[in-house]
Amino acid sequence: MTTDRSHDAEPAAATKAVWRVQSATRMSRMAAIAAAVIVPLLFLVPAVASRNLLQDLIFVFTMLALAQLWNVLAGWGGLISVGQQAFVGLGAYALFAGVTLAGLDPLLAIPLAGCLAAIVAAVLGPLMFRLEGPYFAIGSWVVAEALRLGCAQFKPLGGGTGMSLSSAALANMTGTKWVEGLFELRAAAARDVVVYWIALLLVLGITFAIYGFVRSRLGLGLAASRDNDAAARSVGVRTYRIRYLLWVLVAFATGMVGALVYLQKARISPDAAFSVVDWTAYVLFVVVIGGVRTIEGPIVGVLVLWALQFNLSGYGSLYLLLLGLIAIVVMLFMQKGIWGSAAARWDLQLFPARKLLIREDP
Amino acid sequence: MAGGLDVLLEGVLLGGVYALFAVGLSLIFGIMRLVNLAHGDLIVLAAYLILTAMAATGVSLPIATLLTTVMMFAAGFALQRLVLERVLGDDILPPLLVTFGLSIVIQNGLLLVFGADSRRLQAGAFDSASITLAPGFSVGLAPLVALVTAVVVVVLLQILFYRTGMGRAIRATADNPQIAQLMGIDQRNIYALAVGLSLAVSTIAAVTFGIRSNFDPSIGPARLLYAFEAVIIGGLGSLWGTLAGGIVLGLAQTIGGRIDPEWQILAGHLAFLVVLIFRPRGLFPARRR
Repeated sequence: MTTDRSHDAEPAAATKAVWRVQSATRMSRMAAIAAAVIVPLLFLVPAVASRNLLQDLIFVFTMLALAQLWNVLAGWGGLISVGQQAFVGLGAYALFAGVTLAGLDPLLAIPLAGCLAAIVAAVLGPLMFRLEGPYFAIGSWVVAEALRLGCAQFKPLGGGTGMSLSSAALANMTGTKWVEGLFELRAAAARDVVVYWIALLLVLGITFAIYGFVRSRLGLGLAASRDNDAAARSVGVRTYRIRYLLWVLVAFATGMVGALVYLQKARISPDAAFSVVDWTAYVLFVVVIGGVRTIEGPIVGVLVLWALQFNLSGYGSLYLLLLGLIAIVVMLFMQKGIWGSAAARWDLQLFPARKLLIREDP
Repeated sequence: MAGGLDVLLEGVLLGGVYALFAVGLSLIFGIMRLVNLAHGDLIVLAAYLILTAMAATGVSLPIATLLTTVMMFAAGFALQRLVLERVLGDDILPPLLVTFGLSIVIQNGLLLVFGADSRRLQAGAFDSASITLAPGFSVGLAPLVALVTAVVVVVLLQILFYRTGMGRAIRATADNPQIAQLMGIDQRNIYALAVGLSLAVSTIAAVTFGIRSNFDPSIGPARLLYAFEAVIIGGLGSLWGTLAGGIVLGLAQTIGGRIDPEWQILAGHLAFLVVLIFRPRGLFPARRR
């Protein structure tokens, strides 16, 4: 961990060749330009899109955000959790508590919900980290179940049956009045527009934060500790600290996404907010289909999920059965997922994380 | 006072069922370091298979159980050879994801075939029979048989592991698959055997559980969590520990449920977390490791 960039350029003088470290590729530069065009357009979508499409996109963005978060936690960090619904549910309940019990502006309640999820994760972390590998997976699930049952006991927020957000409580949400005037929409539709923008901001923020993280020293240490914990520790990587930090940060972001999802739904129940199918099974599907340990994978995966959802969600349990089967088949025969396989075959890199040493003769 | 004793007894008997859930889970983990996230759903699947066997052929519960046990053993063997074997390796993510996918598939498959109604295994007079231990103090025959079955299963597995050649091969493979293979042990068969055995035990678990309470396709994951909690509370690597863990969990749930019915399951989870705080290696960890 002592190598730094200036070190890599050192042997240049003797051989008259110039060495430099590069991670960008031609394709990644083109992708960056494309993103610079597409992202502003996405912010303008509410001006033309129907409310249905907007709600679909909210689903896509929030799913993608959760998938990216799970991917960095499990794929890069080796912390394979099947209990991330704990933080979705906590975030959602914190939002409802903030809005209905404390009368907060929903937009202010979202980051506070993230903070609550982070605090709970910080407390539970040392406990969960006593469980290794696969046992961590089920342990996280137990915690999510315990939190679900705990929230069901919380009568002010509807107990086991849940509750709805009244439109009066949502009326003072920042930005809705302005959007109502701007697009000439009714309050509920205007709220969806605001939620859409926040979802877009969240997914962009989370994706680029993760990209920055996996390229940083911390990200390198994290990958090292996943691949061989003892070896990583022996070269000075503080594996426990990095994983703990990641666990808490992911919980923070997951809590915010959960709060946003339930701000849009405006109705909550413990079974829905802590649902392992909705907040873990779909998320795992997205990551597996797209490709674990890539930033691009979940983006591909969420589009596949959206397409399947659009065409098949009417079939109920048959649809879920199909998702499960697809995930198993992909795991058996295409472990890198759609993006991972394509990237390996054609050397595609939109978010390059590897560093190449390039020699340039003057 | 009799009330208190009643709760204790009920908890211990319930623990027998949980121990049976847990033995199958810890078998696979102990031998191949694989956590089967579909374990609970496989138990529920076994219960439905017994139900179907009884309805389709009119055989009695014990015979249907025997048939299903053989079927589940074969299914486990095939599952390992055809599916799990391909994803086992240093990376623990693929096998976890595959078994999680399997869990979703089984749950929704059962939902499609049998619907969401809750069912129960009918054992005739055995269902309601009870033994009077003391005047005014009796215990249901079915729960008692469940606990005895759990003890018998643990004893039989102990004999299998520590008194037979096959058990030696299994333990050798668990300790070091490469060296076991050098000694002429076929690792692939041992693993397939382990999964088969796990599902056979799960079938026995399914009977004891299906007689005493209702089941429907959605309850698999909860069974997985109870099995897991029993394993961790008891301590990894010890079958007797797992039995004790199941009993501790059963006691916690029964006592919690007596205080407030809504607290039954939560009390079990809390007991698990408390053990994790104070005895992270479980109450009765194996001496090795």
